[in-house]
Amino acid sequence: MLEIKDLVFNPDGNRNILNGINLTIPDGKLVVLTGPNGGGKTTLAKTIVGINKPTSGDVLFEGKSIKDLDPTEHSKLGIGFAFQQPVRFKGILVRDLLNIAAGRTLTEDELRSVLARVGMDSEAYKDRAVDNYLSGGEIKRIEIATVILKNNKLAVFDEPEAGIDLWSFNNLIRVFEELRDERKCTLVVISHQERILSIADEIVMIQDGKVGLSGDGKGIFSRLLCKNDCNDCRIKEAQ
Amino acid sequence: MADIKLDANTKALLEEVAGTQEELFKGAFNIRSNMGCLGRQSSENIKIENKADGKPGLEVRIAPGTKDEKVFIPACVTAPGIDDLVYNDFYVGENADVTIVAGCGIHTETGERARHSGIHRFFLAKGARVTYEEKHIGTGSSSTEKFIDPVTEVIMEDDSYLLMDTVQLGGVTSSDRKTTGKLAKGATLVIKERLLTDNDETAKTFFEVELNGEGSGVNLMSRSVARGNSHQEYVSNIIGNAKCTGHSECDAIIAGNGKVDASPKLIANNGDAELIHEAAIGKIAGEQILKLKTLGLSEEEAEAAIIDGFLK
Repeated sequence: MLEIKDLVFNPDGNRNILNGINLTIPDGKLVVLTGPNGGGKTTLAKTIVGINKPTSGDVLFEGKSIKDLDPTEHSKLGIGFAFQQPVRFKGILVRDLLNIAAGRTLTEDELRSVLARVGMDSEAYKDRAVDNYLSGGEIKRIEIATVILKNNKLAVFDEPEAGIDLWSFNNLIRVFEELRDERKCTLVVISHQERILSIADEIVMIQDGKVGLSGDGKGIFSRLLCKNDCNDCRIKEAQ
Repeated sequence: MADIKLDANTKALLEEVAGTQEELFKGAFNIRSNMGCLGRQSSENIKIENKADGKPGLEVRIAPGTKDEKVFIPACVTAPGIDDLVYNDFYVGENADVTIVAGCGIHTETGERARHSGIHRFFLAKGARVTYEEKHIGTGSSSTEKFIDPVTEVIMEDDSYLLMDTVQLGGVTSSDRKTTGKLAKGATLVIKERLLTDNDETAKTFFEVELNGEGSGVNLMSRSVARGNSHQEYVSNIIGNAKCTGHSECDAIIAGNGKVDASPKLIANNGDAELIHEAAIGKIAGEQILKLKTLGLSEEEAEAAIIDGFLK
């Protein structure tokens, strides 16, 4: 279980980007963080995985505080992160990056398998560099593959749908369901995409650095889709 | 296979710069060690002789139409105080398609400086294709100064192709590399240089390529890492004298107090010359380190993986 307690992130002392977040992410669930741009979702994700150090508050994973651990230590605990804007490397090949993610040298069959899961042909991509010659969608899919390979207990995806085509997107939905249902991986996914929201066990609105509306995925999803100007739909106002 | 006795240091250097003995001794080769010849073998299509003009070095003549053969001409310095200067000329016949493996290793354990300067000239006849592999290393005592100063001159006739793949991955106190090329119609020169300097090492690279024939092209790609207090200089001049294409790409990573100067120059003497230069010098991007840390690597492991990939 991941518990976030009174989390504040104020890197320059001027403004709380995270302003007292309290959140519990149950094991084996797919939780979608959504909400307006600039609300603090990515900052929260980066704080969960150790990239940001909170100003105050705590992050507990399996009952232990992880707020002072760096990303390497988070990774060793089984926490993975797929960046919103994946990093490019001159010279590092797709197969190299996937080997690093797996912590060992993958066989050709394993390379084929993991790349197929993100809709890529291993023969066409495995020996290409993870550099500027790959499109945004291609590099996004490789980013997702690195997280799939990590055998994480908790995987955090920051807008995984951005830039990928429809076919790959359908694959992505299957990947999330498989990670959750078969590997019992806890998933935190930042997304605004209906298909991803529709498979969420829980949906949490993050706005102004705080948790807004949150709860059961289906219930929140239906409110997000509400076309009526009903008073309950504060989501609509937030967006 | 040729039966040549190698001491441990020479054997280790040869394996680093030229590969295993099984492959090395299979076809044409010449092994230069401490200014002498440890062994030589010609093949039916590749003849290796001493230079006719009396200078130290070789004439390597590759018959027209030779296909899929390799010739090895590595040089080793393992004795102290050596200052080796060698002139090697390569004449590659029409439509030949071969690989030339050169390279130099210096291993010293005493305080005396050691130097190897290889002056190589390549004459590629029409339609010839050559892959040239050159690796430089220095091993042994780090307090001993090791110098490697290669000079390469390339003359390429119509529609010939030369890929130069050069690597220097540390241990060389100072290197001063000069490469010049003159390309005729349809000729293509590709140069891939990878360079790592550390401590107080210095490395200079100078390229000058004249694109004289219509449809000729050059692609210079230099990737370097300057660590410690090392210093690198990169100068490239691409001169377009005809309708041609030229591309120069200089990427350098700086770590520690390393310094890199890059001076690319493009000279278009013909209105149809298309010349491009790209250069990027800087530290390893923090986000690259961060990504690899999220995959479980330590900061040091991440930096090593990024540099390994960059110089691959």
